[in-house]
Amino acid sequence: MRRLWKYQETYVALVIVLLSCAITLLNPNFLTLENLFDLLKSYTFLGILSIGVLFVLISGGIDISFTAVATVAVYTTMYVTLQHGGNIATVLLMSAAIGAGLGLINAVIIHFFNIPSIITTIATLNVYYGLLTVFSGGTWLYNMPEWFRRFAETNVISLVNPDGVPYGLSVIPLIWFAVILAAWVILHYTMLGRGIYALGGNLASAQRTGFNILALHLFVYSFMGLLAGIAGVVEVMLAQRVATNSMVGKELDVIAAVVLGGASLTGGVGTLWGTLLGVALVGIIGNGLTLMRISSYWYNVFIGLVIIVSVGVSAYRRKLQRRRKMSVEVE
Amino acid sequence: MAQPFLSMKNISKRYAGVQALDRVDFEVAYGEIHCLVGENGSGKSTLIKIISGAVQPDPGGIIEIDGERFHDYHSIDAIRKGIEVIYQDLSLFPNLSVAENIALSEILAAGDRFVNWRAVHEIARRAMARIGVRLPLDELVGEISIADQQLVAICRALTRDVRLVIMDEPTASLTHREVEALFGVVRDLQSKGIATLFVSHKLNEVFQIAERVTVLRDGRNIGCFPAQELNDRKLTELMTGKQLEYSHYVPVKLPEQPLLEVQHLSLRGNFRDITFQLHAGEILGITGLLGSGRTELALALFGVNPAQSGEIRINGRPARIRSVQDAVRLGIGYVPENRLTQGLVSQQSVSRNIVLTILERLINRLRLIDHRAVRDTVKRWIDQLSIRVPSPEAPVQTLSGGNQQRVVLAKWIAIQPRILILDGPTIGIDVAAKSAIHNIIRDLARRGLGIMMISDEIPEVYHNCNRVLVMHKGRIVAEFDTAHISEEDIQQCINQLS
Repeated sequence: MRRLWKYQETYVALVIVLLSCAITLLNPNFLTLENLFDLLKSYTFLGILSIGVLFVLISGGIDISFTAVATVAVYTTMYVTLQHGGNIATVLLMSAAIGAGLGLINAVIIHFFNIPSIITTIATLNVYYGLLTVFSGGTWLYNMPEWFRRFAETNVISLVNPDGVPYGLSVIPLIWFAVILAAWVILHYTMLGRGIYALGGNLASAQRTGFNILALHLFVYSFMGLLAGIAGVVEVMLAQRVATNSMVGKELDVIAAVVLGGASLTGGVGTLWGTLLGVALVGIIGNGLTLMRISSYWYNVFIGLVIIVSVGVSAYRRKLQRRRKMSVEVE
Repeated sequence: MAQPFLSMKNISKRYAGVQALDRVDFEVAYGEIHCLVGENGSGKSTLIKIISGAVQPDPGGIIEIDGERFHDYHSIDAIRKGIEVIYQDLSLFPNLSVAENIALSEILAAGDRFVNWRAVHEIARRAMARIGVRLPLDELVGEISIADQQLVAICRALTRDVRLVIMDEPTASLTHREVEALFGVVRDLQSKGIATLFVSHKLNEVFQIAERVTVLRDGRNIGCFPAQELNDRKLTELMTGKQLEYSHYVPVKLPEQPLLEVQHLSLRGNFRDITFQLHAGEILGITGLLGSGRTELALALFGVNPAQSGEIRINGRPARIRSVQDAVRLGIGYVPENRLTQGLVSQQSVSRNIVLTILERLINRLRLIDHRAVRDTVKRWIDQLSIRVPSPEAPVQTLSGGNQQRVVLAKWIAIQPRILILDGPTIGIDVAAKSAIHNIIRDLARRGLGIMMISDEIPEVYHNCNRVLVMHKGRIVAEFDTAHISEEDIQQCINQLS
């Protein structure tokens, strides 16, 4: 039990519980199945991206370009689909493949030129996004196919609330759940996942132990790209249009959620569990403020404060711990 | 003599014009505890790399392991023959658990794609059982002590069928007691027929554990000696090829007025009731086990963690030291234990490092840095401390340990301190460079500085200090005047503490 207090995740979970209680007291609508289903649907986009970012952070790198990757992947996919038709599987597969390809380019640059990942991905963000703007001329895509709209509106569980209004659990969060499951298996039960932790913990040792560093880099960044491609499709499902500028600019929100969940920017540290809590906290704050009819401008202030407090508390505890460890046993 | 486990003959290695190894013969017997010593640049690490297969020797060399002769010898052969190297940095993963650190390479070598956590624990437990140690398997390696990390690295080596363990500077950051425990493990390995090759700097430890000692100097094998035939002095001479003089530091007549008076200084959790005096011209040694409060005392006097109570007087006048700025203003310089992380900006040039503490004095009328003044100052220090650098613009990290230490010294002497605190001034520096640093320190004391030298190494404080304080559990427990005692007296005092 005492060990729990060492983890950032514990504090985030605590904040979530307290915040949920507070919001429920002010607006009982918060703690309803309807609101929960709604939350899951609207945060699937952030949730999927955060898992990709988690992998990159654990490996000791960072990716800034994923919003551009998501935009390019889904724009190209929907452009082709509108012209030639397709179905939900082809859309997801194509967008994921384009995303993975763009991620692979990031990995190759980072690995072979040995450029810091932050610089590489800032550069590729501009290249990917710039090229899209040039070729699309900034034109949005409307009139999504009928089958696409119908899929996005599918509910896997359908219920009716006390006022007689139907609601349900959308199919969209299922995509997120599938990603979580895959990530869980990879991180915990494969040597690939342990290799990512090893790489982020100590690069030189990972090399000496015999991990294939190139393969790990290729996987981590293309997995990020793949998830970005899928997240892009999710965003379009929710909005039923492809915008060129709706995702780029949200990179830091995603990274913040992951860091909030205890992942370290220096690599090697981070859990799936923590990342889910980080996303949950961000979602609850956004949702809670809406329910309490507080201006959305306050949202940013709030998120910033929560990051400082929750990351700060656990960092401060670690500092105290270090000091205690260093001290001399005085007689 | 029986056939050795490892036999190397006529091994040479040339790197871009430098002869790192020159026709070296080397052997390790089955189950032997062998020690390889030599100064920095003597070819120790090259030899280790060749044994581990990371580097191939120049043509003409012969490597024979366990009766098998190799023409083309690579890492994979070393692993197959059961040779494991534990590097100085241990190559562990601080973010992974003890169990995983021990088992990871084994699982990876087996080519498994999935992780079976029960098997991970099983492998770790088996490795620990082999040397009879108990480690917390679920703890993160980053959160256990260096000594335990050392054991994790040894356990990891033992997951394979190992015949020879090579340990590179294994005792560098261990306390006396932890070294004893490590040696116990090594003897245990020996009883199981596993040979150990130590690569070490610390001479007295070499005698304690090794059966035979091989000395390298300038890439040549100077000889292989039974450990009991050697002593500290003889080994030093073999390593350096020079007769080093061991003279005592005797200060000139000390002034009446102490330079520094410390009375009843205390800081909770660090040290308690510390009282001593330091005169100009003195070199005062402070020794004790790791964690005795020595470094903490130094940090308090330098204002990093100011003391809570007690009195400090400098030249008879009460001094308040609440911050590093206060200490520097009062003329106190501090050379930290870990020069790379605390004492130097290692990517920056020698020149910039030296003037870092005195930039204030090197600015012109426009309050810009006067580059000519910088150049002159740097040149003066490089000459005075005979720092060997290709150019003053070379990054500090490219220098040898001894030269880096001179740069740190220059940086602090440049502020013209009255009191200089040196924490482990010769850690990781080889023997010849050590005595050069000692001469610089003595010279400074003769010119009227008061010097406090903190060190683990009894011979170092005994020969270079006129007085020695022994600290234990945050208190001063003994004081020696080195003119009237022998080295063993101090050693005995410390042994009684642990």
